[in-house]
Amino acid sequence: MAAVTSGASDAMTRFVERHPAWALIVIIAVAVALWLIFAVWPPGLEEAIGRKRVFLNALFNGITLGGLYFLVASGFTLIFGLMRNVNLAHGSLYLFGGYVGYAISASTGSWILSFIVAFVLTALVGVLLQVLVFRRMEGQDLRQTMVTIGLSIVFADLMLWACGGDFYQIQTPSWLIGPIELPLITAVKSSGEPVYLRYPLVRLVIFLASVIIGIAMWLALNRTRIGMIIRAGVDDRDILAATGVRIQIVFVLVFALGAGLAGIAGVVGGTFQSLSPGEDIRFLLASLVVVIVGGMGSIPGAALGALIIGLAEQLGSVYIPTYAIVVTFLIMVLVLALRPQGLLARR
Amino acid sequence: MLKGSLGLIALSSLLLSGTAFAQEKIKVGVTATLEGTYTVLGEDGIRGFQTALNVLGKKVGDKELEFVIASTDATPDSAVRAVRKLIEQDKVQILLSPLSGDEGIAVKNFAKTHPELTFINAASGAQETTYVDPAPNFFRYNMDGAQWQVGLGKYAYETKGYRKIATVGEDYSFIYTQVFGLVLEFCGAGGQVTNRQWVPLGTKDFASVIAALPDDVDAIYLGLGGADAVNFLNQYQQAGGKAHLMGGSIMIDQTILSSKGNAKSALIGTLAASGQADTWEDPGWQKFVKDYQDAFPPNKRFPSPSLLATNYYGSTMALILALRQVNGDLSNNQAKYKEALAKIELDAPNGKIKLDSNRQAIGTNFVTEVVDDGKGALFSKVVKVIPNVNQTLGYDPAVFAKIGLPSRTVPECKKY
Repeated sequence: MAAVTSGASDAMTRFVERHPAWALIVIIAVAVALWLIFAVWPPGLEEAIGRKRVFLNALFNGITLGGLYFLVASGFTLIFGLMRNVNLAHGSLYLFGGYVGYAISASTGSWILSFIVAFVLTALVGVLLQVLVFRRMEGQDLRQTMVTIGLSIVFADLMLWACGGDFYQIQTPSWLIGPIELPLITAVKSSGEPVYLRYPLVRLVIFLASVIIGIAMWLALNRTRIGMIIRAGVDDRDILAATGVRIQIVFVLVFALGAGLAGIAGVVGGTFQSLSPGEDIRFLLASLVVVIVGGMGSIPGAALGALIIGLAEQLGSVYIPTYAIVVTFLIMVLVLALRPQGLLARR
Repeated sequence: MLKGSLGLIALSSLLLSGTAFAQEKIKVGVTATLEGTYTVLGEDGIRGFQTALNVLGKKVGDKELEFVIASTDATPDSAVRAVRKLIEQDKVQILLSPLSGDEGIAVKNFAKTHPELTFINAASGAQETTYVDPAPNFFRYNMDGAQWQVGLGKYAYETKGYRKIATVGEDYSFIYTQVFGLVLEFCGAGGQVTNRQWVPLGTKDFASVIAALPDDVDAIYLGLGGADAVNFLNQYQQAGGKAHLMGGSIMIDQTILSSKGNAKSALIGTLAASGQADTWEDPGWQKFVKDYQDAFPPNKRFPSPSLLATNYYGSTMALILALRQVNGDLSNNQAKYKEALAKIELDAPNGKIKLDSNRQAIGTNFVTEVVDDGKGALFSKVVKVIPNVNQTLGYDPAVFAKIGLPSRTVPECKKY
């Protein structure tokens, strides 16, 4: 762990030395953000940009939505990183996972179980996709991309046929319903008594879970043997295969993990939003934007991209409702113009 | 070659069967929102329609009615597409369409391009549909969104003592019309509407909308429907919301009151107004509820018909009864039939209905309060019945015209 921190601080020192102006801007932005979050807002500021409660809620909603986006996009980016395969059926896996989760939670009443089953079943679909479809056209990027588009249309129609056009919502377990008070002051009453922020517990739990999954993935990739193999595969597939690693099994494993994560994300999305036809495309688009912003193939990039897009959506919907949709794509355009490989890509 | 001749045989047999039966059938096209945010509403509308067929039968003299159902998703273009398909492909002669507000305006305009056909509105309730430039062949036997709010504003102000309210509504014509009716009456009585929030139809994440609700109001009015209403209530519960609520006509309706989960319990005690009330004692209403319940097994219907089922029932009733009055005569561009439709007075389950000169319903309205029946099921209980509500809401037509058309900001909160 010490090596990690020192490595991070080294990188930071280098960044400050190379771009002193940028570093200053970043430090000021962080300071302003911290002040906005922790300070009691003076009345002038409340008049100018609205109540602090609204701001904090939008901020937290953005971060928790980012957690959901990360779950979807991390699988997408992992599969791309290793196999150079843009899986445009990833959104279908999300929706499939959600429907499975709904069926399990409705029939057994167990929310936790719905995650496990959704993960296993979507991972299985992922394995089938890899074995039956992608292995047959390895190295033919364009063909694979076209096939995944076709598959996503077929899956969408199959799911419409099986589940109908209705909206499904996965029941939040009773112990997660309701808000909790966070130690952040939103306002001070005239009696001098502080008013604390109340925030839905379920969203915080889901965000924590996605952070844990993200860290676990990072550790697995950087600290285990299989992670080492995967990283080696990302760098150079052919040499890795030449060293005697059975790369097809690694491919299947990674595809299963990526698909399973999309399935879990489907259950999460079905719990704090809802499931319906069309959600597959919405989340495919979201994860495309997230990985383009963050950098194709990079897990930390997916995390950063998801956070930026989630925040942009929610803050946008509160402060500039008419243009909220544009903001996301504006960010994507900016990133493509200034740093086309993505914010955290290695190359 | 073989394929070609097979196709010919199939085609000719189809044509033959067509000519053999064409004279005894009258084709009716029906649309409902069977996709998207309002799916549950469309499904219950179709149940109301089928209940009417069960009660009235499909025979008109020696002719038989044949129905073709098409699906829409509450957007105007989907409705026009469905109606066009029914006319051009299925060759229907009468339309029972559509369900939702924006669809209604679009279908009314489309109706003008087919003056020879007859359009009977199924359930849509935007004011503009029959108030602005109405189509002579478009008939509406349900009241509009503003008529459905009559009584609510006054009751909230006088009996409940609410002085300041805020509204959250879906951003389209029907909810504009509902808020129009509410604001007109509530502000007319002396109340204040401090804030009107509009959300796109099909919104998923209401968290920021909920956070932006004002604290310093006596009640919050919800003009949402279908999946939006359920999403909102779920997230409202997750956020621990506790304000007094008021509801629009499709918010307080079995489509929401019998949705899965316990988020709907936030609605107990909610004041609302609509063209029906679940617990009304009237024998006609009770008979309709029983017919509806008998027509479907309990897991395939709501405990009691929703507003959509009632509207579809009423429209189907008008369609069939008027057709029987003219003995199925659709000659001369359906002139006799249209005349009968304009004059017919319905003894609908939710009170007597007759049409004004714009072919818009004048009917009965209900102020209701949501109650728990003790077994966990929620119903709307009548607190006030207001008969003879017309489209200008009792205002002088000249004064009413000055208020302007319902929109995000119209009407202003003042006494007109």
